[in-house]
Amino acid sequence: MSEAILRAEAVTPAQRPDWLAHAVLGLGVLLFALPVWLVLAGATQDSGEITRGELSLLPRLDGLAIYARVLTHGTMGTEPVWHMLLVSGGMALAIAGGKIVISILSAYAVVFFRFPLRRTAFWLIFITLMLPVEVRIIPTYAVMSDFGLINSFTGLTVPLIASATATLLFRQVFIAIPDELVEAARMDGAGPLRFLRDILIPVSAANIAALFVILFVYGWNQYLWPLLVATDPGLDTIVIGIVKMIGVETQTDWSAVMATAVLALLPPVLVVALMQRWFVAGMTEGEK
Amino acid sequence: MNRRTLLASVAALAAAPAVGRAAEKTKIVWWHAMTASLGEQVNHLVDAFNQSQDAIEVQAIYKGGYADVLTATIAAFRAGQAPHLAQIFEVGTGSMLAAGKATKQVWELIQETGVAIDPQEYIAAVRGYYSLADGRLASMPFNSSTAVMWYSKDAFHKAGLDPEKPPVTWSDVVQAAQAIKAKNAAEIPVTTSWLSWIQLEQYSALHNIPFASKADGFEGLDAELEINSAPHVKHMQRLLDMSKDGTFKYTGRDNQPDQLLVSGKSGIHFNSSGARGDMIQSAKFDWGEAFLPYDPDLIKEPLNSIIGGASLWTMTTPGRTAEEYKAVAKFLLFIGKPDNDAYWHQHTGYVPVTLAGFDLSEKQGFYDKNPGADLPVLQLMRGKVTSNSKGLRLGRLVEIRNIIYEEMEKAFQGGQTAQQAMDSAVARGNKVLRDFEKSVKT
Amino acid sequence: MERRTLFDGWFLPALLVLPQLLLTGFFFLWPAGEAIWWSLTRQDPFGLASVFVGLENFSELFADPLYIDSIVRTAVFCAAVSLLSMSLALLLAVFADHEIRGRAFYRTLLIWPYAIAPAVSAVLWLFILNPQVGLLGRWLNAHGIPWDYHINGGQALLMVILASAWKQVSYNFIFFLAGLQSIPRAVTEAARMDGAKGWHRFRTMTFPLLAPTTFFLLVVNLVYAAFDTFGTIYALTQGGPGKATETLVIKVYRDGVVNLDLGSSSAQSVVLMVGVIALTAIQFRFIGRRTAT
Repeated sequence: MSEAILRAEAVTPAQRPDWLAHAVLGLGVLLFALPVWLVLAGATQDSGEITRGELSLLPRLDGLAIYARVLTHGTMGTEPVWHMLLVSGGMALAIAGGKIVISILSAYAVVFFRFPLRRTAFWLIFITLMLPVEVRIIPTYAVMSDFGLINSFTGLTVPLIASATATLLFRQVFIAIPDELVEAARMDGAGPLRFLRDILIPVSAANIAALFVILFVYGWNQYLWPLLVATDPGLDTIVIGIVKMIGVETQTDWSAVMATAVLALLPPVLVVALMQRWFVAGMTEGEK
Repeated sequence: MNRRTLLASVAALAAAPAVGRAAEKTKIVWWHAMTASLGEQVNHLVDAFNQSQDAIEVQAIYKGGYADVLTATIAAFRAGQAPHLAQIFEVGTGSMLAAGKATKQVWELIQETGVAIDPQEYIAAVRGYYSLADGRLASMPFNSSTAVMWYSKDAFHKAGLDPEKPPVTWSDVVQAAQAIKAKNAAEIPVTTSWLSWIQLEQYSALHNIPFASKADGFEGLDAELEINSAPHVKHMQRLLDMSKDGTFKYTGRDNQPDQLLVSGKSGIHFNSSGARGDMIQSAKFDWGEAFLPYDPDLIKEPLNSIIGGASLWTMTTPGRTAEEYKAVAKFLLFIGKPDNDAYWHQHTGYVPVTLAGFDLSEKQGFYDKNPGADLPVLQLMRGKVTSNSKGLRLGRLVEIRNIIYEEMEKAFQGGQTAQQAMDSAVARGNKVLRDFEKSVKT
Repeated sequence: MERRTLFDGWFLPALLVLPQLLLTGFFFLWPAGEAIWWSLTRQDPFGLASVFVGLENFSELFADPLYIDSIVRTAVFCAAVSLLSMSLALLLAVFADHEIRGRAFYRTLLIWPYAIAPAVSAVLWLFILNPQVGLLGRWLNAHGIPWDYHINGGQALLMVILASAWKQVSYNFIFFLAGLQSIPRAVTEAARMDGAKGWHRFRTMTFPLLAPTTFFLLVVNLVYAAFDTFGTIYALTQGGPGKATETLVIKVYRDGVVNLDLGSSSAQSVVLMVGVIALTAIQFRFIGRRTAT
């Protein structure tokens, strides 16, 4: 059903073309494209001009050098953008990867085994749904600082890895696995780990892909936690970097900010665009 | 996968505590907030020290903005990994003093290590901010600026005012503003950055009136704000009245208005003396720098202005050795030497913190080549420092400043009078002070 | 919901579930516990001394008119963002559901904004609404409309609402579209054959059928607006001017990190915790779905 969203259905417009739909959707697309186009074009213009308010919608080809500059040098008060992109990328991958791995293991354990305190374990995990990071920032920060994990990559990523949504998703998927599959595996002499690796994970591939997109975007777009935990500029993510660029005491280098914004958008947008099919399917999983 | 492993190992290294290596040199870690060219000057200073001797190596690490450095320092202390030196902004002084044994104050350092740092060598107005009530130096002054009045000579010219005769009193300012407005000589006749710091804190010092009781908080944690006194309210109301007739425009908090100064949009712009560097680099119009104006009916000769900026605090941490503290003291002594102080002053927008540094700069002809660069220092050194012009010693001053901003913003939008705004700010601010007092008295 | 076919043993599952439990323990339960403990104390930022004060932090909070203002402001903000975002998304979804040429194209272009970070969304809107450099901001000022969100609280609030709602439209669009697509063709055809016109059909048939999706999205949007907008607001206004854009989560950050008042900040965190638990409980009770984060 959710595939339908993306299937380009062969439409024979027997009636008049639906002008209203085109108008509304066209405006919608414009509403989202315009701000991004603005920074795309603006990045190639001169900062001084932008400060004086002469921002135009037309990019300048000779201004493309700004990307190279911003990538290698950042701007006043920030790291070079390539470094921040690296941190963001590492963080997003670590969080997405970490969450997926841990959730699969937990969901598997909770669904396919009956062990004492299974229910308790499940509920403990479930509770975490009720505690978004914004609500536990200060004490989590304190816990991290007491362990000396402030300002470390570990401190940046690990607290964001533990959360229940992925576990719940996998739990649903695993519960729905037909018994025949399990029986067949057992008869083949497969132990629980083999079953996990050879059957469960391949079967959940689509869900894993969807989750990867969601979690990658989630990790990449984090602001509050990295803001708090990483005071060392070497650990600045690209999202933190952009905001820092604006907050510098002297004149803001607007074109650099714009170029960085474009660079900050690119990876998550690419991930969503390339994996759109799985992503949408995974998000609307609950419709079933 | 490769990227991640690389990052992880880099991070593991970064997370390792920076403890002084007992091996060869004593290693000192200094967390600072100086970006760009200022950061380069810090490195220059540190390199000079490291090269001048063999026993100590100082490592300067940029930790983000002032607030970031403070947060990081607190977190590091809690983890038992505090740096040796932290650059803490002046408004954090109250909080740092309340930190008790988390810090080692300069007088303690002098006593314990015997290194000959002499507070008397520092400009009174500068060291006063960072000293205890009895004069003992708590933290080491490092980068200090003060507030001055910037103005556009182009705008003055256009308005029919004499560009070489900037306003001296506030009534002069009002007149000039009206002239600028009448002739449309500048987009914004008068504005100010750092409203709270310049128009209330500095104003109090210049006119020898208290910002808060107990000698602006120096003498006790039970200080109360007094910015709703008649002269304060009158000054705020003046700004509100000017705002109504368009001669003054409130343009934002802290340094948000800075853009307007450099782009020449403001005719008269009160800002930190530290803006000088940017003005020289980026301002494309004829500008001037002048003393802050005053009200002669409040005081005949204005006193010194107070400083802004930051100082260096020595942090303690379990396992820190006497050797390390001695190294810290030696470094602090080094940066206070006239050569180094003068160099720092001349290459950044900050004022020299020692008298000798100022003298040396004069002798070197720095002020001849850079007219106006001595203005902030002169303003800091004029008159005799009183208990109202030493600076502020209030806990959670950042919050108090924000409260003042909030109340004045409400007033600028027409929601209340200056009296109401100041009364409200005092009430709210006092509550913050009492909370701070309670949290510290445990 | 249980399986019939299971594996034996308890050691392996215990091992498998351990990582998540450890993380949960260290980064959820312990901090939540600390937050609760700290909310009952008053302490100095360096952690050198603390005093048990019972519920004083809470009573002071609720006696503080500014905190109540903050709650009201957050409620207004959340409602505005949710309403704006959801209605726009619904509008787009309805038309994206039509059978027109290029609808896959439109859909793709309306989905990718999901990837934009809240803080980046703020930066993008800055270039539209900033009075000095923003396209629209400058236009407004040039045409006699005083626009400066640095000093006008109402304008600041409007701006963060717009930036926050804008970013969320994609998410809502995906779900509304899926919801519309799940309405059986037969039902739509039947309504059409009954002669029901577009708007009428929407009001009486489509919208009611979308009720579960709408309810689900409402809860998700409220939580998004309350928490995930931290980046957007902080990047644009930091909660100012005045307290015009200070939502509850911004206040927690400000009081805890900037003002170093750990007791009050923790108390506020506890209040927020209660709020989220309530909302999540509602979500699960009445909808049985989880949020996709």
